[in-house]
Amino acid sequence: MAHDTQHEPHANVDHTAMGITHEHPTWSTYWKVAVVLTLITAVEVWIYYIPSFVASRAFVPSLLIMSAVKFATVVMFYMHLRYDHKLFRALFTAPLIIAIITIVGLLFLFGYFSHRTGALL
Amino acid sequence: MAHASALTGDHSHSAHDDAHGHPPTSTGLDNKKIAIWAFIGSECMLFASLISTYLIYKGRSVVGPYPHDACLPPQCSTPLKAILNIPITSASTFVLLMSSLAMVLALAAVELKDQPMPSGWWSRRLRSSKLWLWMTALLGITFLGFQAFEFTSFVHEGLTIRTNLFGSSFFTLTGFHGAHVTAGVLWLLTLLAIDYRRGLGPKDAINVDLAALYWHFVDVVWIAIFTLVYLIK
Repeated sequence: MAHDTQHEPHANVDHTAMGITHEHPTWSTYWKVAVVLTLITAVEVWIYYIPSFVASRAFVPSLLIMSAVKFATVVMFYMHLRYDHKLFRALFTAPLIIAIITIVGLLFLFGYFSHRTGALL
Repeated sequence: MAHASALTGDHSHSAHDDAHGHPPTSTGLDNKKIAIWAFIGSECMLFASLISTYLIYKGRSVVGPYPHDACLPPQCSTPLKAILNIPITSASTFVLLMSSLAMVLALAAVELKDQPMPSGWWSRRLRSSKLWLWMTALLGITFLGFQAFEFTSFVHEGLTIRTNLFGSSFFTLTGFHGAHVTAGVLWLLTLLAIDYRRGLGPKDAINVDLAALYWHFVDVVWIAIFTLVYLIK
């Protein structure tokens, strides 16, 4: 990936005029993130085709963890939330937490877990 | 400094705002950027409701076709195979992930437009906002093509939005996501039209950043859908 580092977005940008110092991802970071996302997706699809792993108890947690890592990576690096103002972080994470609680709450309310396990809630 | 501040999207200093012609705000932050994050937050809850509806109805369809299992007589009058096509959806997922890469490269190219053009061929390509905006839009259209193919093949195999609970919740969830991708493609084409008419520069970086945030959000929603709907049996 030959590109001039002198023309990359700054790795450490000094915002002295704003009174703050920010890091910012470089182009090489963007490419590395893309490679990581592709590899995780490849692993997700690969384990889908391993019957013994699909039948194991580790299958669903593994997929959920890999999906969460991909989600967080895009949000932190591509959406720049890791480097951005804390208000933006709050505006995204607060509704996201509410959304997750809503999903889990609704699944319990409608007996999703008892439906899966056959146990009574 | 101009492009550096645009890179972070942080407009927290009034002198900085004045230099870019932005009126000062009570938060010191760009109102448009606060609005897009608030919008994205509300979209999280919309998709949470659609995803939870899908999960609640999962495995409760009384007639086929089913997502991961074949439907055999007497449950179905004719044998129906599992309907989800994982290889095709994996390819479309890869396409959408690469569109996010193209989008960040488009934003970086716009932010650095007023910097001297580098000498290398690849470095010059990296600085072409038109190239990366086209790339993002075309990858988005390719994703929509995959989705159109998937929907059409499902209908041919006997699954419509009215067939069973799986069909209703699946088409609603993925259809909403597809509508969001379509809106994103239209937004990107609008930016391209502006780029061809007068050129996008660092002063437009905030507007490209808003489109980029929306586009990445559509991508992260698909990351969740791909796992929860397609991979988890």
